[in-house]
Amino acid sequence: MKTHVTTTINGESVEFLCQPRQSLLEVLRDELSLTGCKEGCNNGNCGACTVMLNGSPVDSCLVLAVEAEEATIETIEGVADKGHLHPLQQCFLEGAALQCGICTPGFIMAAKALLEKNPQPTEEEIRFGLAGNLCRCTGYDKIVRAVQAAAELQKESVS
Amino acid sequence: MIDFEYTAPTHLDAAIKQLAATGEKAQVLAGGTDIIVQLQEGHRSAELVVDIKKIPELTQFEYCDGEELKLGAGVTCQQIYDDPKVAAAFPALTDAVRIIGGWQIQSRASVGGNLCNSSPAADSIAPLIAYNALAHIAGPNGRRTVPVDQFCTAPGRNILEDGELLVTLTLPRQGPFNGSAYQRFIPRNEMDIAVAGAGSWVRLDESGNHIKDAKIVLSAVAPIPVIAEEASQWLIGKAVSEANFAEAGELARRAASPIDDMRGTAEYRTHLVGVLTRRTLAKACERVQQGSSKVL
Repeated sequence: MKTHVTTTINGESVEFLCQPRQSLLEVLRDELSLTGCKEGCNNGNCGACTVMLNGSPVDSCLVLAVEAEEATIETIEGVADKGHLHPLQQCFLEGAALQCGICTPGFIMAAKALLEKNPQPTEEEIRFGLAGNLCRCTGYDKIVRAVQAAAELQKESVS
Repeated sequence: MIDFEYTAPTHLDAAIKQLAATGEKAQVLAGGTDIIVQLQEGHRSAELVVDIKKIPELTQFEYCDGEELKLGAGVTCQQIYDDPKVAAAFPALTDAVRIIGGWQIQSRASVGGNLCNSSPAADSIAPLIAYNALAHIAGPNGRRTVPVDQFCTAPGRNILEDGELLVTLTLPRQGPFNGSAYQRFIPRNEMDIAVAGAGSWVRLDESGNHIKDAKIVLSAVAPIPVIAEEASQWLIGKAVSEANFAEAGELARRAASPIDDMRGTAEYRTHLVGVLTRRTLAKACERVQQGSSKVL
């Protein structure tokens, strides 16, 4: 039997029906057409499906959609502000911190969570904070630099 | 994944009734980072999944200086490592929860779940045993309390019976001049399963130069986490020195009964026990001497 779930996604109230076995990732992509969230491994290793759930980054493949009842969710689709790219998105683009791009939404979500918790992270803190995201193209270096650049950009815009 | 029913009771009694009524066909969901994968990949099956995160007792997280630490079974790794008081009083636990998966896992996975999953390589169980933690269990026949070192029985198996639920873990106050540390070895820096791990706890004398008491617990080198009893006993009365840590490491190797698998050979794991025991003892003593372990 399908369960009715009421949740808030990217600031909007969203209702959906799901089977208890369905993951949040499955519902975001297949029922709600939020396909920015990617399925990589589907077992919590790669981080491509990272979303914010009640303020913390999670692998949406490891969350049952029914658990999202009354939750607040943020996906990559909610990161840009009315067509204006987030500093992380801008810096990933400018720094060419992606090749195939499958891992990028997950990296942006995890990096955004990191900068919100720690606005000026060291390189080690960035690498540790992004350990739950795998990239098989870039070798990570450009990703780390893009996060550092975004931290600088945010610092400048604050000061 | 095969279909199942889902329930998220808000009272412990309701959860136990549902678990007892469904028996072995019920699975408990805390952070889901093990159970959802196991259900998806067919390693476990369920007709009913009982989400325990809405039960107040299972989410309680209380620690006051000088008191025991009370951890509901659903308290997440992230909640624990974000807490500076816990890091000061139980640093080996903080060491462990910081390296269980990445952030996305730590924000969901609970220490209670890590214990109930009962993997030989679980990172948080060795620190729990080193701290003499107790597991408080509720079931259809009432409540019982079991020391964590008696909880796991085999890889993936434990003393919980059908209908029973881990409710809380308590970590007793550790007393003055104690220090502790947990380390594991993996081939990369993070996001991997321990090839071998060691948690060391020590109590030093007032001068900080001699060991009054010690407990070394090993992970991933036996079917369940094991206490290196001989090494722990040998350390009592010994000076705080690299030579003594190394000797304790040699003795700890005898407590290991590892297997060969894709993560490493038995010989390699045994070698690692010596190294990790030595390093965690040094770190634990350093923490006492630097006063970074809270003197309770």
